[in-house]
Amino acid sequence: MEDKKLITVYIEDKPYRVKPERSMLDACLTLGFDLPYFCWHPAMHSVGACRQCAVKQFRDENDKKGMLVMACMTPAAEGVRISIKDPEAVEFRSKVIEWLMLNHPHDCPVCDEGGECHLQDMTVMTGHVYRRTRFKKRTHRNQYLGPFVNHEMNRCIQCYRCVRFYNDYAGGRDFGVFAAHDNVYFGRQEDGVLQSEFSGNLVEVCPTGVFTDRTLKAHYTRKWDLQTAPSICVHCGLGCNVIPGERYGTLRRIRNRYNGQVNGYFICDRGRYGYGFVNSERRIRHPYYVTCGASGEKEENKLDEGKALPHAKSLLQGAKGTIIGIGSPRASLEANYLLKRLSGPENFYAGFSGRDFNLVRRIISILTGGPIRTPTLKEVAEADAVFVLGEDVPGAAPMLGLALRQAVRQKPVEAAKKSGIPVWNDYAVRMAVQNDKGPLFIAASAATRIDPLAEGVFHGAPEDIARLGFAVAAAIRPDAPAPQGALPEAAARLVPLIAARLKTASRPVIISGTGAGSMAVIGAAANIAKSLLESGKGPGLCFVVPECNSIGLGLLGGKNLKEAVAAARQKRADTVIVLENDLFDRLSAPEAEALLAARQVIAIDHLPNHTVSMAHMVLPAAAFAEGTGTLVSNEGRAQRFYKVYVPGGQIEESWRWLAQLLAATGGAEFFTLDDVDRALAEEMPVFGGVPAAAPPADFRMSGLEIKIPRQPHRFSGRTAIHADVDVHEPKPPVDPDSPLSFSMEGFDGRPPSALISRFWAPGWNSVQAVNKFQSEVGGQLHGGDPGKRLIEPASKGPSLSYFTGIPPAFKRAWDKSLFLIVPLYHVFGSDRLSALSPPVAELVPSPYLALNPEDARDFTAREGAEIRLLIEGVSFRLPVRFDASIARGVAGFPFGLPGLHGVELPAWGRIEVKMSGWAEKSAGREWGEGEAGDV
Amino acid sequence: MFSILRAIWTVFLHLFRRKVTVLYPEEKPRIPPRWRGRIILSRDPDGGERCVACYLCAVACPVGCIALQAAEDEYGRRYPEFFRINFSRCIFCGFCEEACPTCAIQLTTDFEMSEYYRHNLVYEKEDLLISGPGKHPGYNFYKVAGLAIKGKDKGENENESPPVDVKGLLP
Repeated sequence: MEDKKLITVYIEDKPYRVKPERSMLDACLTLGFDLPYFCWHPAMHSVGACRQCAVKQFRDENDKKGMLVMACMTPAAEGVRISIKDPEAVEFRSKVIEWLMLNHPHDCPVCDEGGECHLQDMTVMTGHVYRRTRFKKRTHRNQYLGPFVNHEMNRCIQCYRCVRFYNDYAGGRDFGVFAAHDNVYFGRQEDGVLQSEFSGNLVEVCPTGVFTDRTLKAHYTRKWDLQTAPSICVHCGLGCNVIPGERYGTLRRIRNRYNGQVNGYFICDRGRYGYGFVNSERRIRHPYYVTCGASGEKEENKLDEGKALPHAKSLLQGAKGTIIGIGSPRASLEANYLLKRLSGPENFYAGFSGRDFNLVRRIISILTGGPIRTPTLKEVAEADAVFVLGEDVPGAAPMLGLALRQAVRQKPVEAAKKSGIPVWNDYAVRMAVQNDKGPLFIAASAATRIDPLAEGVFHGAPEDIARLGFAVAAAIRPDAPAPQGALPEAAARLVPLIAARLKTASRPVIISGTGAGSMAVIGAAANIAKSLLESGKGPGLCFVVPECNSIGLGLLGGKNLKEAVAAARQKRADTVIVLENDLFDRLSAPEAEALLAARQVIAIDHLPNHTVSMAHMVLPAAAFAEGTGTLVSNEGRAQRFYKVYVPGGQIEESWRWLAQLLAATGGAEFFTLDDVDRALAEEMPVFGGVPAAAPPADFRMSGLEIKIPRQPHRFSGRTAIHADVDVHEPKPPVDPDSPLSFSMEGFDGRPPSALISRFWAPGWNSVQAVNKFQSEVGGQLHGGDPGKRLIEPASKGPSLSYFTGIPPAFKRAWDKSLFLIVPLYHVFGSDRLSALSPPVAELVPSPYLALNPEDARDFTAREGAEIRLLIEGVSFRLPVRFDASIARGVAGFPFGLPGLHGVELPAWGRIEVKMSGWAEKSAGREWGEGEAGDV
Repeated sequence: MFSILRAIWTVFLHLFRRKVTVLYPEEKPRIPPRWRGRIILSRDPDGGERCVACYLCAVACPVGCIALQAAEDEYGRRYPEFFRINFSRCIFCGFCEEACPTCAIQLTTDFEMSEYYRHNLVYEKEDLLISGPGKHPGYNFYKVAGLAIKGKDKGENENESPPVDVKGLLP
């Protein structure tokens, strides 16, 4: 049945049904026409600056003359009649591109954009082939923009997309357009690192090669030579879809993979540039076991092909007691499940620290137990009122921060819409909106990067944040429990305002998570959502989780890691299998050492770390781009990531090692990923959707026997790549786990959305080809966006009751040297894996302790002065940083920075000033320095 | 019977025709200059490597016998880190030469490349690179490309104005 709301437009005198409230360019692209454009971007809409999408518009069918209009500025209204092929329009477009090319340098062979350049595509599309002008080309000096983005300003065609993305869409403040007329210059006021955590998107937004990927430049490969497969970003819990590209056995770059419900057109710099760890020199590529050398030192004995399994089997069969398995929130669901099978559910421990375990458990009980829906990233971006409770959103989950930047525009844009301005008319909307912002409230431990957008901000200790949340819930519904006693004045002022804004909003969203390390904060967020639900709203409750499979592991179950320590201390653990996890990140050093003091320790990981250095046997695990598996994102979306290439050495997916071990020790046999997923879905109903997250390995496009190729059809060098080793071409590797092949041969049409390895269409070599994969511009991919949500709100059954457990107000310690240490998050640094990537490592801040200047004055008048911090017996030496946003009596500890781990936060810590007799050492953890494998 | 005699007669007449057969290898045949033989990499008139590792030859190659990796010197000039042609797969179609935007890759008149082992037909960059400009003596890509390299700053190309002063307000 046809949608009644559709309207009819005529293109080349043929009627088409399209959605209203769109521009004609949008409508043409949705209908599959090829119409060139530059300044328009599906996420940033129309400004009509480049004049490239000119078409002829006719008044009616008798109008033969018509007039040239810009399709992007023409509303799709009933009866609009245009022609793309009109000779005058065709000529106009070819002249426009000739102007744009006047100053474009003769660079394509040495330009990193070449082969995926929108300007190249559009030039070919309009038919401009020969340069007629004899005048000189204008040139520009380039800038250093940091380790991520390369600048080559000569190539600019002044489409203004970069500033519109960087400043208007992503809220950057250190980038702009300078100079006048045909000299305009896009860059920074002076050389320096781009400050926005979304700067990498300039690479995809720029239609030509002004901004290119600096990390790719170091090992440059053209798009047509990259072997790619759909993958999922592993650097936070949001599960953004990405496309890693490989050439000659190393990972070359990460590109965004459009998913209408999750990341849309953009990803953050942590996800784009954090891939370097995969190529690390230090990767574990061969299994080995450790023996004691003659002089007592450790010897690593490499195991040859086929020897690892018998060795591991003999270890497991020789176990004199219990075998315990320690899972990991950064390993795939399948690996964790098989470890659970191998060790048995009673001996499977989720790889979370004690507190994180409880926090994730509470989040899952709220999401699965209640009628409250957790929104997708797209739904967060469409929210018209947001309350962030206890989370540094841009630091912990940058893309959620980008969604919030869009959410604050919802209300003003709606107002502009009411006054008759179409949403796609970007400049008019911005003029109407000016600086108006929709309601956003933030309660966090310290200032976050989106604070300037917020209507109200409260900074305080986690207890006070939770109390603010409970008070807001009670203000919305009086039956919700209210905190006893007074709130801090700054918080008390916000309560009625927040409650009123949330109550009047039609799509309110509450954001919380594990960031504050507080059960009460999560409970308070749930109470607000429940109170809104009971007042008849459909609130979204979004939780930020620290790692890419935190929710998956939480759903899988397993015991608290602290119990594993207890078991080890009581000598109840003979053999410990640690899956892709550094226990020294999760536990204090004595606890981790107690656990690893078991008689036999088997570690499965891809990089050496402290845990690996203490293992008796190590199996090399595949990193995310080298394996296939499933991850569950913070919204409970199960998403499949695929092996991009077969790594060298004896690297295997963790789940495959575990499946082989399971079979070798007499357990069930699993041969492919689908076998594992089926067993998982049968055993645990909550994972029933996992097999449906992506097509199974035996999936073929209708009626065809062939697989879907990972390599583009123009992949080069097939008979020369390995010729230096062996002149006979090797057989392509077999992939039993997916319908994708390691080949350039196979199905060359449009695959199902979960199997899209690259965005390419004839004539559309650049990333703009995504238009051809969407059912409508900016909408879902053909066949629905990939991934399967495992958690949907229960429509019936017992409703979640209000959380009580309201903590008392935060009180400063009587002792002025005691502080409540709260974790702070950094886009670069808080995630350990991405920080191992060299370009990201350049931007990781050095460790510090943030104190309120008033508090700091008790110790030192000078910022940067070194203090000693003692948390539960662990000592750190850190320079002081003044931060006026931190509450008195609270200190901010940038968790995850080099050396800053092994403690559970928030916790009370004692600060000592420097005294004579301290050894002169650099900042960091005192006992942690110089440890083998401490990465 | 007559046709047989006529055939013998025709063959006999050929004894007095000019010989077409060349006694190769004692006698070398004349090879036209546009012959598509062994592939080389040339240098620009300044002696720099012409190849900028743009990968166009590799992608044009119908048998995929060219593999290379781009690298960059400290001044931003591109060159191939390695450049490999597997001549045991090459069909000498000349597409690579046509695709090359810098006249770096050229086909020569040399066709005497027989080897007993196929792996001896795998040529690396040091086997391919010659010391002169080959068929295109004058062309220097970096003199017309907008990139700055060592010894050539922005705006110093043929047909380029000096870099814009971003802070200037003059029309």
